[in-house]
Order: sequence, then structure tokens, then C-alpha cells
Amino acid sequence: MIDVEKVRQDFPILKRKVNGKKIAYLDNAATTQKPLAVINAIAEYYKSSNANVHRSAHFLSQEATELYENARKKVAKFINADASEIIFVRNTTEALNAVATMACSLAAKEKRGILLSKMEHHSNIVPWQAKAKELGIEIDYAEISLSDWQIDYEDAQEKMGKQPFIFSFIHASNVLGSANDAKRLCKIAKKGGAYSCVDAAQSVPHLKVDVKEIGCDFLAFSGHKICGPMGIGVLYIRKELHECLPPFLFGGNMIKSVTLQKTEFAESTKKFEAGTQNVAGAIGLAAAIDYVQKIGMKNIQRHAQKLADFFAEEIGRISRAEVYGPSRKEIGLVSFNLKKIHAHDVAEFANQEAICIRAGHHCAQPLLQLLGTAASCRASFYLYNTQNEAERLVDAAKKCLARLG
Amino acid sequence: MENADLYRENIIEHYKRPRNFEKLEDFSTEAEEHNPLCGDRIKVWIKVEGKKIAKIGWQAQACAICTASASMLSERVKGESLQNAKKADKRLVLSLIGIDPGPARLGCALLPLKAFKLALYKYLAEK
Repeated sequence: MIDVEKVRQDFPILKRKVNGKKIAYLDNAATTQKPLAVINAIAEYYKSSNANVHRSAHFLSQEATELYENARKKVAKFINADASEIIFVRNTTEALNAVATMACSLAAKEKRGILLSKMEHHSNIVPWQAKAKELGIEIDYAEISLSDWQIDYEDAQEKMGKQPFIFSFIHASNVLGSANDAKRLCKIAKKGGAYSCVDAAQSVPHLKVDVKEIGCDFLAFSGHKICGPMGIGVLYIRKELHECLPPFLFGGNMIKSVTLQKTEFAESTKKFEAGTQNVAGAIGLAAAIDYVQKIGMKNIQRHAQKLADFFAEEIGRISRAEVYGPSRKEIGLVSFNLKKIHAHDVAEFANQEAICIRAGHHCAQPLLQLLGTAASCRASFYLYNTQNEAERLVDAAKKCLARLG
Repeated sequence: MENADLYRENIIEHYKRPRNFEKLEDFSTEAEEHNPLCGDRIKVWIKVEGKKIAKIGWQAQACAICTASASMLSERVKGESLQNAKKADKRLVLSLIGIDPGPARLGCALLPLKAFKLALYKYLAEK
């Protein structure tokens, strides 16, 4: 159980009122709000320990390096990885771009294709399309099973028959709110001789993500969707791949030696982090992980799902409402439409009540096409949301219907 | 949040009974525009006769602001000379809808204008 009123005290932004109305922030799948513990950790770092890491002999640099590396250890433990397997990047998108660049350079000669799914966020489609075009290779998309709103495992299995070199897929859908069995999909990839890459942007904030249990080669997520700051993301790369993978960024910090003719790259993790890092971001992410673990990941998951299930049921009572995805809202996310009313209008009526929701295609146009709509409304819940906020959104939707319906 | 009166009577009225909301079978030029942000999509058909916009039709999958804007714009330019119609701009659209849509919804309000002008310029370029 979460003591929501107590939790809300930790988030300064939630005290804000707009036109006399309390903010109801229901756009957590886009980004979450930040607790004081995270804001303070970042400020504290800049106030007392700021220096460039891994470079200078002075005490500040050593202190910053220690904080940075401790953050790496914390992230590693959080997803059951080894610290050396954690690469800090900007966000999930950058991580997936990096995987596309590195994996494709390995596979360039063999001309094997890429397998994705029809559930993907644009960030797990567009980088692969760019690479596929460059290399002249094919992309295949596994179907979605409409009965459980998960990737169709049989279809994925069948499409492995074309021997793609990598299967990159979304763990939990930012549109449907469903979660795929990542372990099963990685097994399918491995059996077919392909690498596996998991876009865990929406799963890490809600579900237990254990890279060893899942058995993936790559896994990506963003700090800002789990109460961490923006601009810090994580790319997990399984240790055994470090040596054969080329770096995806070149520059300072990632080298062993440089002459005017050639460069010898640093080993393991270091090879993948070029230039000055987002140290404050990593420290903020570590503070966020501490924070959510203190509340309890299982508690957070139960709380968000309870609210999402409640909201889906209540909005579903409106005869013109159409709710997408599975009935169990495992990652606290509900996509819906009011028939014949554009999602943008519903979001605007919510906005007028100081309720923040997302309306649009959620960077997943192919998936929305499959649902037969160009846009949907999305309410996504997290640890600080209340049932009252869900009820307010239902009321705003009813108001919109009364005015525009 | 300043847009408390985004859905004023005139907007709602045009949204519920959009004018010229039809596909023209006999047209001189056509164009389609969409807003990748929200998925609004509009198609415009224009029939030119004697250097005038004799008929205009449009269809859209769009929000109330975009729909009302398309309806009002089509009413305004119907019967206009091409010379005059060419002058239609952001200012005209904003004065027609009579609200400040704010930065988040400006794209919705201006999408019909974009499609209309594209169709018009396509026609003029061909002549």
C-alpha cells in the first residue's frame, strides 16, 4: 500500500494550482514528475562535488568519479546486471540508435535482416529503417495478437525463419498498456541465432526487469520515466558482446591511446562512453532508484494498475467511449477515444480542468493504424496519482461530450 | 490554460454543422495536409471558373478547432477571385475563428489554410 498523501508531499510540482485547480498529472508514460530527493541530489552534486570524471587527479574529480560509478552500480543492481554492462546515454531513443549502429556494423557483411514488431514506438522503428536502407537489408514486423494485445509469439517464431540478425521489440506498449513476455521473445531470438534488444522504456518504471532472467543482449530505458531527470538513459549490453561490438561514438574518454594515425579504444564499458558524461543525470537517476525502491516497486505497480483499472472501467461506462488494449492495465496506462470526437478536443477539455493527459499518435503511427484511429487519448498513472484525479478526468470527458457530442 | 473559451459558440456551431464539407467530383485542383503531431488530416478540392473559386469542398478527420477553421475559411473564400484568395493568411484565419488558439493549437487552426493554399498554388503553377 502507498500512502499517497505522504508521497505527494515529496513532489513539489504537485502543489501547483492552475486557475485555482490542483494539477492532476496523468501523463506519466511521457515523463514522470521528480521528487525532492532527486532534485536535491542533482543540486547537491553541482553545489559540492562537480568535476569532470575519469580525468583529473584532484579530489573533486575523484569524488565525482566515485559518485558516477556508484550510480552505475545502483542501476546495474536495479536490473540485475553487472556494473560494466551499464552504459549511460541520453535516453531510450539514443540507446536504440546506438544498438542499431553497433549491431548493424556487425551484420553488414552477412546481409541478414532485422525483425521488429508492429507494436513499436517510432524510436524502435526509425533507426532500424535508416540502417536497413544504408545496408540494403529487409525489415520484418511481427504481428500483434488481438486477443491479448501482446506480440504474436507464433508469428515472431515464424518470422525468425528468415534468419534476421537481431530481434528488437518493445517490452510494454506505450499505447496499449500491455506487456510482452520478454523472456519468451528473447528465447525465440536466441534459438533463431539472432541478437535480442528490449525497449524497456515503459516497463522499467512499473515491472520487475531482470536482464539475466529475460536473457536479452541489449536493453534500453530512460531515467525520466522513473522519477529521474531528463537527459539520462541506460543501455545494457551483455558483457560477452563488449569485445566484438565497435564503439558508436568516438572522442575523448573512450580511448587507450591515440596517435595521428590510429586509435586504440578503451576496454569494455569505457569504449561506449565518449566525451564528458551527464554525471548529474546519473546521480539523479540513482537517487530516483533509491526513491522508488523505498516506496517499493511492487507497491507502485499495484497502485498505478489499480487506478488505471478503475479509470478504464469508469470511462468505459460512457457509451461512446472506446478503450484500447487488454483489460488488465498492468503498467497503469489507458488509451481511449470518445467516438466521433477528436482526441485533441478531449485533452483540451481535460486541460481546462488542470488535468494533463496525452492526445495524439504517441509516436506509434503504425500501431494506431492497426487500431483504426489516427489519434487516441492516453491517461497514465504513477505512484502519486489518486482516484479523485481519475474521476476528474472522467468528468472532463463527460463535459466534452456534452459540449461537442 | 488561457484558452478557457477555445470552444466558443461560433466554433461549436461550425464544428457541428461544417459548411462545404463535401468531396468535389468535378474540381480543378486538390491538396491534402496533415499534422503529424495530433493526426489531424484534411483534404481540399477547388473548382475554378473564370479566375474565381466557383466551388470549394473539404473533408477532414480533425479536432473541433481545425474543423471550424476549415468551415469558416471555405465560406470566406468561396466566390473570391484567385487574386484575392491568394491573400488568405494566418491573420485572416485567426480573425475568422475569433479566438487565440494558443501555441499548442495554432497548428490545428492553420492546417486548413495550408491545404487550401497548397491546392491554390498547385493550380496557379500549372497555369
